[in-house]
Amino acid sequence: MSDVAANPAPSDPIIAVTKLTKSFGAATVLSDVSFTLNQQENLVVLGKSGSGKSVLVKLIVGLLSANGGSIKVFDQEVTKLNENDLNQLRQKIGFLFQSGALYDSMSVRENLEFPLRRIRKNLNREERDAKIQEVLDSVGLADSIDMMPSELSGGMRKRIGLARTIVVDPMIMLYDEPTTGLDPTTSHEISELILKVQEDYKTSSIIITHDIACARIVANRLLMLQDGKVYKEGVLDDFENSDDIVIQSFFRSI
Amino acid sequence: MKGWIRTRFMRIGEKGMAIADAARGALVAAGGVGLFLASMTRATFNRGFEFREFAYQCFKMGYKSVPLISFTGAIIGLVLTIQSRPVMIEFGAVSMLPSMVSVSLIREMGPVITALICAGKIGSGIGAELGSMRVTEQIDAMEVSATNPMRFLVVTRVLAATLMIPLLVLYADLMGILGSWAGVNIKGDVSFVLFFSQAFGIIEFIDFIPAVIKTFFFGAVIGIVGAYKGFNAGRGTESVGVAANSAVVLSSLIVIIVDVIAVQITDMWIS
Repeated sequence: MSDVAANPAPSDPIIAVTKLTKSFGAATVLSDVSFTLNQQENLVVLGKSGSGKSVLVKLIVGLLSANGGSIKVFDQEVTKLNENDLNQLRQKIGFLFQSGALYDSMSVRENLEFPLRRIRKNLNREERDAKIQEVLDSVGLADSIDMMPSELSGGMRKRIGLARTIVVDPMIMLYDEPTTGLDPTTSHEISELILKVQEDYKTSSIIITHDIACARIVANRLLMLQDGKVYKEGVLDDFENSDDIVIQSFFRSI
Repeated sequence: MKGWIRTRFMRIGEKGMAIADAARGALVAAGGVGLFLASMTRATFNRGFEFREFAYQCFKMGYKSVPLISFTGAIIGLVLTIQSRPVMIEFGAVSMLPSMVSVSLIREMGPVITALICAGKIGSGIGAELGSMRVTEQIDAMEVSATNPMRFLVVTRVLAATLMIPLLVLYADLMGILGSWAGVNIKGDVSFVLFFSQAFGIIEFIDFIPAVIKTFFFGAVIGIVGAYKGFNAGRGTESVGVAANSAVVLSSLIVIIVDVIAVQITDMWIS
């Protein structure tokens, strides 16, 4: 890690995506996508199902390989990193999966311990326990520490998934559809939690969603994808006051 | 006439295309297996062996298979004895029954039947578990937690299967011989000591070592096939069932093929 990566200047974008292209066989999912994420900013990426939103965040974290373009995270080119450097970079990124992706065979405590043992190797048992307790308190599920994932509701799984990502103090959070499949009350709670994480942990976040209610709560800035391309970028008012038929139909249809 | 020739050529062309597609599919599959094995080998020798997970998998595959292996091992010995007894009596060789059963069990029946049972229990378990983890993005979650899933999930399971299946085979052999002793005593009266001295008196190094060596290969095959099928499962829930099922079918088939090769090599060695 360079010094630039460790301590980025306040004006530097944390993530800079330039002319990103991704195809699966003959189908082009993302084409010439460019945007930046600034420090302590919540960037909401909107788009219809199949518009390439989830693929975008998986490319940023190196779970998929791009066909073209550039992804710079902390000034490091993700598309050119080797496995060790990519793992070093991933230690600064938290990823909340759509399903929570909790490890079924592990309890809540073991789920939270898993990244801690690997990323914060210097912590002893007491410090690990204290950290686990802290993040469970943050997501309001301190009592669920010994439960198994199968015993948790959808909203609880999302919260524990979020706790598992923030337990290692990431600088960037990537949320893949954080409110999908939840009732409106729980969706609202999760959206508030995303804001709380931003404030408490000073994170910069990309939130993939098609939930306008969530976007209204968490977004500092929005970016809309349409057919794999950036259709519009701006603040919420720009979108809500837009006369564009596609944007209006999208906002009205949700 | 021209139309007839054109139709013939079109049919030949279609068949050629189908063969080319099948060959391309086979090459892609072989390439996928090759990449998986290369990645697994690299992860095995990289620093940071996941000992806790390996120990847990040994416990799960070994200890938790003991009741099933006890039962099936004993039944194989019992049935083999009951079925062989009339023939041995006919040839006046009933006193050779313990020796015959123990050689059959140790050389062939114990290793192959235990491996096939483990292909069903352990291979399908690995395929279903990893397939389910793939479908629910748990493997991706592990990767973004800066953990190599190949090292944590695949290497530990393959090594545990490679180590545990030979132990389970030895245990099944022992249970089979106990079952055989029970079978002999259904219609006779042979003491435990006499039976065991007859059963093991004939066993030589050449019976024992090749049979044990091949079980390591059986274990590796079951672990690798299960892990490969689960790790490369598709995205839908149906893929979990497909991964588990194909893990059992393919590993059982390869176990039998490996057994044929091992028997041939042993035969060449003896002669």
